[in-house]
Amino acid sequence: MENEVLFLALATVFGLFAAWGIGANDVANAMSTSIGSRALTIKQALLIAGVFEFAGAVLAGGEVTATIRKGIVDSTYFVGQPEILIIGMLASLLATGSWLLIASRKGWPVSTTHSIVGAIIGFTVVAVGFESVKWGKVAVIAASWVASPVFSGIVAFLIFNSIAWLILTREDPLERARRYAPIYIFITVFLISLVTMLKGLKHIQIGQQLESAECYAIATACGVVVAVIGKFFIMRIKVDEKADKEFHFHTVERVFAVLMVVTACSMAFAHGSNDVANAIGPVAAVISIVGTRSVTQAAPIPIWVLALGGIGIVIGLGTYGRKVIAMVGSRITPLTPSRGFAAGVAASFTIVFASGTGMPVSTTHALVGAVLGVGMARGFSAIDLRVVGRIFLSWIVTIPAGAILSIIFFLILRAALT
Amino acid sequence: MSNYISKIFGTSPVAPLQKHMTVCCAATAELTRFFEHAAAGDWAAVDESRGQIVNWEQKADDLKHEIRGNIPKNLLMPVPRADLLDLLLVQDLMANKAREISGLVVGRRIEIPQPIQESFIAYVTRNADAAEKALECVNELDELYETGFRGAEVSVVEKLVHVLGTIEDETDDMQSNIRNGLFDIEKDLPPVDVMFLYRVIELIGEIGDLAERIGHRLELLLSH
Repeated sequence: MENEVLFLALATVFGLFAAWGIGANDVANAMSTSIGSRALTIKQALLIAGVFEFAGAVLAGGEVTATIRKGIVDSTYFVGQPEILIIGMLASLLATGSWLLIASRKGWPVSTTHSIVGAIIGFTVVAVGFESVKWGKVAVIAASWVASPVFSGIVAFLIFNSIAWLILTREDPLERARRYAPIYIFITVFLISLVTMLKGLKHIQIGQQLESAECYAIATACGVVVAVIGKFFIMRIKVDEKADKEFHFHTVERVFAVLMVVTACSMAFAHGSNDVANAIGPVAAVISIVGTRSVTQAAPIPIWVLALGGIGIVIGLGTYGRKVIAMVGSRITPLTPSRGFAAGVAASFTIVFASGTGMPVSTTHALVGAVLGVGMARGFSAIDLRVVGRIFLSWIVTIPAGAILSIIFFLILRAALT
Repeated sequence: MSNYISKIFGTSPVAPLQKHMTVCCAATAELTRFFEHAAAGDWAAVDESRGQIVNWEQKADDLKHEIRGNIPKNLLMPVPRADLLDLLLVQDLMANKAREISGLVVGRRIEIPQPIQESFIAYVTRNADAAEKALECVNELDELYETGFRGAEVSVVEKLVHVLGTIEDETDDMQSNIRNGLFDIEKDLPPVDVMFLYRVIELIGEIGDLAERIGHRLELLLSH
């Protein structure tokens, strides 16, 4: 194969570009519940996003990366012409990166996931034909796009109702908040680390040696450690007599603000585990084809590729995403920590679970579903259903947009490189 | 550059509703001073007090329009939109009533006869108290939203509404006492003035009724 080094270099650059786009545009959505509820300052949010996006990408991003890399295209159609598949993957990255850039500038709600899937389908259809797309798998992915916000909404509904029932509606909500908050922290950390270890870690070395009993033990340990740290901070919160009325709800919300820190970490982790794959899947495909000189063999994903995605997201966050986050922070939202916690945790469960099963889902959609779930539980004073509708409809535009851009880039790159 | 999650949330109607109610209460509270001046026959002070009431009423009107504009149809809310708008309407009626009363008194220079002055002022004050209690109920709205309209906070509001009901009963008793007092002396007064005085007494009583209706609106919100 000619142009090997060129292909690898282009894959790295385009992959970074797409990851940058995700960091610039998408992370703000993932972090918005924490910043909107004033639980975190913008600096703290950026730090948490940087660390946990990276961790999520490296520790739990493997399964979705595999789906993007080889789940959508039937590679047997490319056996005689591996460079066409490489060019197609490069075009998809470019399409996703540019679409994110355009959409961010215009302020459109877009989903990275939908645009990369649209892009890969687009170039495949042009390069080979309709038969080379694994439509069965695409249908499953599309179904997960419907299922993830619904699932997330149901979980958020249940979590918020449990908070209301255990804490908010009682005579002594503050004591109850202090008692139950560490338990919520434990459950959050336990479930996310468990799913990560059982499903995500098998793509990196250490994960392959873990027995499932060990996974449960480690997840429990993680949960207990974080819950104890959380308990320490919760006990330090003093009652603010001035701001409080009979039930001390002001102070109760400050207890939930501690939980929001955990939520912010898990949201960033979840987002990293699912969305980094959008940028990294095609890169992994290119590297695998160049390395094995075969389109059908599946080489394991090198960790540095996942790390590349993590770095790209952090750069995007630092250069452009911080402005979006600052804007979110400056807007007053009725998102109090108790609501933000219910919505954020439900969304991150959903996304980490989807990551574990290899489903590329949209973080924004999961979060919107969760917000609606809390709304159904009478948690928000007002949710604008027109905006919700616009967000859910936007993917109808995003899929063909990703496909068309990818086809254009594919034709240009093919003419230039072959 | 935009973030869609934060755009999902509509403007919360809670704080604006409370502000509106505070303004309406300022109008009814001013009525006590207004009638004190009227009883003393200090018409310059009465006119000034009337100006205050008109100001409060106009401010309440502006707030009402603003709130209506911020509760569009397509909103998912824990309580029905119609009930919130109803609550707003009743609050606003209270300010309107204060303006109507003051307008009537100023326009006809209605004097409060000496024998009933004391009980009359007490009657006005008690009706303003009812409005104040209704404000207290409305101020619990943010706590109600916090708990999703459930649990212990609900009984706090129910207690407040109960107290409000007791105050309103008192104003009803006071009203019939004043009417009796006026009936005893009405032969010695100009008949047209007496007719309007009865009308003013009636209107003042309506403030207490409206305050109680605000309490009932809140109870309606709780029952969903």
